[in-house]
Amino acid sequence: MNWKRAAIGAACVVPLIALFGYGLTRDPKDIPSPLPGHEATPFALAVFAPGQPPLARAPGDTVRLADLKGQVVVLNFWASWCLSCRDEHQILSETARSYAGRPVHFVGVLYNDEPANGTQWIEQMGGQSYPSVTDPGARTAINYGLYGVPETYFLDVNGRIAYKATGPVNAAIVRRLVDSLMAVAAK
Amino acid sequence: MTRLLAHDSILVSLVVVLFGMATVPVALRTGRRNLLPYAFAAVYTNFFLISVAAIGMVYALVTHDFSIGYVAQVGSRSTPLLFTVISLWGALEGSILFWAWVLSMYAAAVVWINSRRPGNLVPYAAATLLFVSFFFAILLLGPADPFGSVSPVPADGPGPNPLLQNHILMAIHPPLLYLGYVGMSVPFAFAIGAMLSGEVETDDWMRLTRRWTLSAWGFLSAAIIAGMWWSYEVLGWGGYWAWDPVENASFLPWLTATAFLHSAMVQERRGMLRLWNLNLVVGTFLLTILGTFLTRSGIVSSVHAFTTGTIGYFFLAFIAIVMLASLAMVAGNSERLRSTGRFDSPASRETVFLLNNLFLTAFMFTVLTGTLFPLVAEAIKGVKVSVGEPFFNRMSLPIVVTLLFLMGVGPALPWKSASKAELKAKLLPPAIGAALFLVIGVVAGARNVYSLLAFTFAGYAAFANLREYWIGMRARHTAHGEGWGTALVRLVGGNKHRYGGYTAHLGVILVALGVAASSTFRTEHEATIKPGETISVSGHTLRLKSMWGREEKQRSVVGATLEVMNGAAVRGTMEPHMNFYPMSQAPVPTPAVRSGFLGDLYVNLQAFRPDGSNATIRVIYEPLVPWIWFGGGVVVFGALIAIFPSGMFSARRVEA
Amino acid sequence: MTRLLAAVAYASLGAIGALGSASQQQSPADSVLEARTAVIAAQLRCPVCQGLSIQDSPSELSQQMRAVVKDQLRAGKTPEDVKAFFVSKYGEWILLEPKAQGFNMLVYALPVLLVLLGLGVVIVSVRKWTKPTTPA
Repeated sequence: MNWKRAAIGAACVVPLIALFGYGLTRDPKDIPSPLPGHEATPFALAVFAPGQPPLARAPGDTVRLADLKGQVVVLNFWASWCLSCRDEHQILSETARSYAGRPVHFVGVLYNDEPANGTQWIEQMGGQSYPSVTDPGARTAINYGLYGVPETYFLDVNGRIAYKATGPVNAAIVRRLVDSLMAVAAK
Repeated sequence: MTRLLAHDSILVSLVVVLFGMATVPVALRTGRRNLLPYAFAAVYTNFFLISVAAIGMVYALVTHDFSIGYVAQVGSRSTPLLFTVISLWGALEGSILFWAWVLSMYAAAVVWINSRRPGNLVPYAAATLLFVSFFFAILLLGPADPFGSVSPVPADGPGPNPLLQNHILMAIHPPLLYLGYVGMSVPFAFAIGAMLSGEVETDDWMRLTRRWTLSAWGFLSAAIIAGMWWSYEVLGWGGYWAWDPVENASFLPWLTATAFLHSAMVQERRGMLRLWNLNLVVGTFLLTILGTFLTRSGIVSSVHAFTTGTIGYFFLAFIAIVMLASLAMVAGNSERLRSTGRFDSPASRETVFLLNNLFLTAFMFTVLTGTLFPLVAEAIKGVKVSVGEPFFNRMSLPIVVTLLFLMGVGPALPWKSASKAELKAKLLPPAIGAALFLVIGVVAGARNVYSLLAFTFAGYAAFANLREYWIGMRARHTAHGEGWGTALVRLVGGNKHRYGGYTAHLGVILVALGVAASSTFRTEHEATIKPGETISVSGHTLRLKSMWGREEKQRSVVGATLEVMNGAAVRGTMEPHMNFYPMSQAPVPTPAVRSGFLGDLYVNLQAFRPDGSNATIRVIYEPLVPWIWFGGGVVVFGALIAIFPSGMFSARRVEA
Repeated sequence: MTRLLAAVAYASLGAIGALGSASQQQSPADSVLEARTAVIAAQLRCPVCQGLSIQDSPSELSQQMRAVVKDQLRAGKTPEDVKAFFVSKYGEWILLEPKAQGFNMLVYALPVLLVLLGLGVVIVSVRKWTKPTTPA
């Protein structure tokens, strides 16, 4: 046995195996967003799906981030062709309704889809309580560092991005995040 | 029924494999060689059993037996028969089954061809292959069980991954890849056999190993080219190589196997580099397992990555065992592998082979480092970084041009040593080829240093390799008065290894020219046009004639018909389209390609208005891309020449 | 036909909007801009396909990101500004070639070191193996 060679070999091989072992515990698709803690990019997007009273906005109205100052904003990117958007639709719709009258604003942003398809999808899903807007050229999506749909951004009262959720959200998470953002605002 | 039969054959194969593995050392250590036939019988039986499982799976797929987990996962009644059959390797479990099948076939072939060889090498090699089979049988019974039962039985399934049922090349690329990849297990098994039997001190096992490496290398070369072609024809991006981890995984063992095919010659001729060659053989196998691990475990992100489960941990354990065991064995044998030979002169083919091995290994190391670096950065710095095409291009270009240069110098230099006059006579004439290609490159408009170097060295290497044929043919022509055609056939037949190698070189040069030209001179244009309008790139004009849609059994297709214009005349039509599969969010692009000798016109439908009033079309002119596919064919042809058994086409040296 | 197109078409209204201004006739200024865009786009990773650059990827988001690159260049931003913009939104992950600084130097330096080391080994070996054993 040539121990020197064996030692050199082991010095190469063992860290490699350790690296792979570490790799198995990671998800390469989970890429942290650099945005939380930073100011959200302003947007002005046209409503295509009005939502339901009391949260409704008229189609064609422009939703401006600047106008929502002082409120918590929940920005949900979705599309009619997105399968996992179906999982969170009901949750978001009901949660938004339950916060009606409080300083929280839910906005759906249609991502790379046609408004007609979006409207039809909302009908099929049994309606949506809050309005959805179009995002021509996905400019806003890119400004928010979107990887795919669904993704949900939680903006604090000062217009900063506080959290980003990738994939379908559940009611508990939405409530916890919205409540904590409102609590901070109340202080 | 099918399920039980297939599942049970894998279970039985596990027992058979264990029996075979145990028999070999018992037979050899206790001197009862009459037991060896039982071990060999285990190899054949394993092949039979895994064949039953694999054919059972194909049968289940074709008969749409959705009670079987894998069929329910990838099958669909609307998928055409061919794509149903090839979905055998379309997802994780099936691909592992296919792997195990190919492996059992290789093991059977090794025993069938070599069982009469005296000594202990072949039995130990068979046991090694059975050990690898054992691992795959465990996978098939555990984390990658394709025969799990589904209840209730669904009426239909989602069908295979759209990307895999969109092109006929998916019927060709994966089998080639597995034949190449799994084929590298055989040289590894011989290496282990050589170390266990003590034959490692002789050079005869190396000849055997080189032969098997050559065939696996030929398959792997073909597979890589077919994969590039698939990517070009299906992904709609106009490229063929993106340095994706999965592509890298197929390329890494190719590099070390190529290095081995060269350095093995030094061992055969000079009795040197024994330890190095042993390392290359073992390393090549480890890289194939590593590549499989990377693509099956999901630890690196990749377009092609399979869905994952616990299988990564099984692979990790297997890699760790194989790495540490072979490391210990190689280190244990290294004292016996001291070089006995010497070099006569630094100016010899031997030296070029050393440099060739250095740069091929460095290439492998560069690609491996780049592929794994995101993981390293995350582990140590906690930052997600990407290492992609710009990095790999930057780092590999200097290596590639050096290798091209060496490919010209190597064949020109004689073995042992060369006098100054000889060097001049051999190394100077190819400069004509270099100058010619350089001028063509400059005239064509290349200004990038690496492009120009690539053209120059490709010209040098092409001239040098062709000249070797010419010198040999001329000698036969003048000595025997043979016609040129006869002279060529007999020249190649007389030294198939050598001229097979030169042929492979010419293929690699064609590939290199295709890659260099298409990356240097590629022009593209993207525009949104209405029917009747035109789009142009590099003098090629296309007119959008119409948009259309049609329903097919398993998908919807939306396409554009474009007319290729020559002035006012229409010279042909191209129909790029998008295929929409029900289970897929994104459409699968299907570009249209119109090939000519000097390049392809490549058209992809990027987007369209639903009412058909306009379409976004990307037109790319891709110079010399067909040369890549043709060059790949030449490489494989070269490998075939070298593999052909002696006697075939061989020349009768003395004419009657 | 129109119905089928509409039925399966979630592809790309946005893209057409973004690209709508591009005409099939290119002015020289346009082609310069297109070339500059291509250079930057080749260095940015497509978020939805992961392996490809946004220049290579035919995906819709990539087309839209290329449009953003083009607009920013047209507005006078430097290539570095444009890349910095995307890094600020997506993190360093978006760069297909890691910045050659700090820890990342490792991935650039290791292959070079290996080649140098290997060259040294080759030179030493060839010298050793060609040294005459008997006086010539």
